[in-house]
Amino acid sequence: MAKVIVVTSGKGGVGKTTSCASLGSGLALRGHRTVMIDFDVGLRNLDLILGCERRVVYDLVNVIQGEASLQQALIRDKRADELYMLPASQTRDKDALTLEGVQQVIAELSRDFDYILCDSPAGIERGAQLAMYFADEAVLVTNPEVSSVRDTDRIIGLLHAKTLAAKEGRKITEHLLITRYSPERVHQGEMLSLEDVQEILAVPLMGVIPESEAVLTASNKGIPVIHDETCDASQAYRDAVARLLGEERPLRFTEYRKQGLFSRVFKGGR
Amino acid sequence: MKLLDLFQREQRASAGEARERLKIILAHERSLRSQPEFLPRLQQDLLEVVKRYVSIQSDQVRVQLDRHDMMSVLEINVTFPNTALSGGVQGGGH
Repeated sequence: MAKVIVVTSGKGGVGKTTSCASLGSGLALRGHRTVMIDFDVGLRNLDLILGCERRVVYDLVNVIQGEASLQQALIRDKRADELYMLPASQTRDKDALTLEGVQQVIAELSRDFDYILCDSPAGIERGAQLAMYFADEAVLVTNPEVSSVRDTDRIIGLLHAKTLAAKEGRKITEHLLITRYSPERVHQGEMLSLEDVQEILAVPLMGVIPESEAVLTASNKGIPVIHDETCDASQAYRDAVARLLGEERPLRFTEYRKQGLFSRVFKGGR
Repeated sequence: MKLLDLFQREQRASAGEARERLKIILAHERSLRSQPEFLPRLQQDLLEVVKRYVSIQSDQVRVQLDRHDMMSVLEINVTFPNTALSGGVQGGGH
């Protein structure tokens, strides 16, 4: 039986798809058979971040409507052997995804994979609710910024009310993933600290991804940033994957390091 | 470091402001979320009944459900303004 993990946030543009691609790749690199499902019907993006956009033939809706088999629609990742993805449909018909259809796809994938990552669309509507419905765990991608934190709180409310787990009286394991974190701006008091965000949302922290130029470079190239081992963001995603697997890892890249002569003169103060 | 602190004091406020604003709005939104869906309608109905007898504003009827382990308490709070009652009864009443 696979573990179903929804990667969600409410707010758009906070790094759901980027994070999903890196977490999925990370799980696969650790030897776990992983499949990612892009739930963003109408707006397909996970394929671009993974660099497999030209290999998309069939999509999730094709599978649900019986126009293609799962085997035909699944795309194997070029970099991580154990990683597959199921692309979103670009149909404009928002009702093309059905609960029964999603259930069937997840049940079938569940037989072959260890992890099923559901990349949620932004918002709190049907698409987002379908992406989370069968989840056992949830990765809550949040920027240290007021609207993102508020929207994540709304999503937590939905996880508690509108999922199969909630209806069966089970609790979804929640993980907070803070992205675009700038220790320097936190140090300057311009950005909510990870402690602030964690205290407000009261969800266990699974990782903090520092703001990094490497993320844009990676998406430009269609290579999930976790593969760029030289960058902080990659290391932070690797740590997050380890924590998702239950390992303990100290936080990295969250402390502001003062640099240069000026900071050395004032060393010792905080 | 003191000198730097002085320069940064102005900016330091903004993250604190974000934190306080979030705490307030989320507390409000969470309390709405945990309510049963009929509560706003109950509040509206009660308001109309009370209005037949006393002239009050919509925000003067408050309906709140407090959940406890063994039971829930439905608290209905109607605040009468001093002017709404004749005979010198002072405002406030359950």
